[in-house]
Amino acid sequence: MPARTAQKKKKTNAPDLSSLVLEKVPTGIRGLDQVTHGGFPKGRTALVCGGPGTGKTLLGLEFLVHGALLYNEPGVCVAMEETAEELVTNMASLGYDLPALIRKKKLAIDYVHIERKLIEETGEYDLEGLFIRLRAAIEQVKAKRVLLDTIELLFLGLKNDGVVRAELRRLFHWLKDAGVTAVVTAEMGERTLTRYGLEEYVADCVLVLDHRVNEQISTRRLRVVKYRGSSHGTNEYPFLLDNQGISVVPITSLGLNHTASTERISSGVPSLDAMLGKKGFFRGSSVLITGTAGTGKSSFAAAFAGATCARGERALYFAYEESPSQILRNMSSVGQDLEKWINRGLLRIHATRPTAAGLESHLATVYNEIQEFKPTVVIIDPITNLVSVGDLHSVKAMLTRLIDFLKLKHVTAMFTNLIFGSGVMEETAVGISSLMDTWVVLGDVDQGESDRMRTLNLLKSRGMSHDTRMHRFTLSNKGIEVNGNK
Amino acid sequence: MATSKPTRSRKTAKNGPEMGNKERPFKRPLWELRLYVAGMTPTSIRAFENLKRLCEEHMHGAYKIQVVDLLERPMLARGDQIIAVPTLVRRLPTPVKKIIGDLSNTERVLVGLDLRPAGGFRNSRL
Repeated sequence: MPARTAQKKKKTNAPDLSSLVLEKVPTGIRGLDQVTHGGFPKGRTALVCGGPGTGKTLLGLEFLVHGALLYNEPGVCVAMEETAEELVTNMASLGYDLPALIRKKKLAIDYVHIERKLIEETGEYDLEGLFIRLRAAIEQVKAKRVLLDTIELLFLGLKNDGVVRAELRRLFHWLKDAGVTAVVTAEMGERTLTRYGLEEYVADCVLVLDHRVNEQISTRRLRVVKYRGSSHGTNEYPFLLDNQGISVVPITSLGLNHTASTERISSGVPSLDAMLGKKGFFRGSSVLITGTAGTGKSSFAAAFAGATCARGERALYFAYEESPSQILRNMSSVGQDLEKWINRGLLRIHATRPTAAGLESHLATVYNEIQEFKPTVVIIDPITNLVSVGDLHSVKAMLTRLIDFLKLKHVTAMFTNLIFGSGVMEETAVGISSLMDTWVVLGDVDQGESDRMRTLNLLKSRGMSHDTRMHRFTLSNKGIEVNGNK
Repeated sequence: MATSKPTRSRKTAKNGPEMGNKERPFKRPLWELRLYVAGMTPTSIRAFENLKRLCEEHMHGAYKIQVVDLLERPMLARGDQIIAVPTLVRRLPTPVKKIIGDLSNTERVLVGLDLRPAGGFRNSRL
């Protein structure tokens, strides 16, 4: 059996099909080209649909702007919803200078406005006028890319749906013949993908954008519904709309095929390293530090960050509880001068309130920051607060995706997690602990009336012999010191 | 072929006012009309003929028709926001009005040009 399938494979592989494979043009939008395995189908039309405010126009414009700036493919935008001035203003807020592109003949914007009230219809007509405008604009800049935003407004402007439909069909055929890669945006319909069934005409590539608000927190998602002649990611991918435009997070559960490193890195606490087989954490592993309030979780995180920077590597610290200056002040009290690492560009602290965005957006932010800063260590302090944004299941799903991504990049991750005496949060710790390679539990024990003793326990550490005893430790201005047995 | 007719019609348009009838039952002295077409298609020709007849009957010579062939002058489509052809634009008297189609329904065209009130009374005071 195996031999036969191998033979069959050889046969189908024999002719060179590479020239027949669908060509693609990159969108230049962060993450989207990964999801679509290369971009939009070349010389064809892609449909982007979604509700109002989901970022359709922006996606289309970024496609044009990146084409003009990065791929030497000038573009034409037929804008039916917003005037050229409005588009220019919107894109200026993202740092794109459309007027400059227009001057350099890399971009043409034609604002098409139809007011049904002012138009009387009598007798036969067609939309050749629109075609002529589009053709003229394409010739003007020698466009390779076209954005039609939102072409279905024709249905609102004109009374004769039959003519509009026939003409749209003609338009899409014409675009195909012209060899331009087009993006058409359309409003989401109630039962169909688009309100006027545009998906019937444009069937090569269909993207759906979605903007959900759950408990006052918004999440944007993107899905490739259809991509004729090409494989593509089929999941819903979170995406961000920020001051740099759109970025899709092309990570979903990546599976367990990352290579495990045998390299060890210091935790920043020599006595903890000693407990971890005398060497520290594995590079690329994930570390969980749990503990009740005030047990020193952040101090361990800071020590880890400090040790990373001292090696000349970069550490990225996501703070969901404290502001950067608060972290710096508090950590200097336990002997960690993090400020110097920030000044040297080795440490970056990204502080946000967890409730400021949805889980997917947090994931997207973390992803973008990692892509940009390229750290070897990522600290998330604490993940507990993320639970306030989503339920346990979705938090776990998000962490799985994040951890898979980090492992693939050989980034060592440390998560802290606040636990209470009992209850939901402890379940959280248990729920996510299976994703972690090393689990450090911090606690404190009352000793009589005046004294509290800090305890540390290495609950697990995959792949290394480790000290499982309960230890006590102290926090002082000299740092963390684990002093032997309880 | 396709270009000869519009040029001729433009001439006609210029001659229009001079040939006009002196008695004018309208408040506004001059109608300035522009007909956008894309080549001399049967629909364009029909639209022009319908328009010409209608102007003769109802504007008594106080009009000017300019025919714009977008195949020759594509950039003009932007200014008047033309998407459909044929499109008739009433540039004067203001406000600008647009009528698309071959103008075969005279009643609708008259209403569209404010030459006849729509629905009896609503526009009659304009």
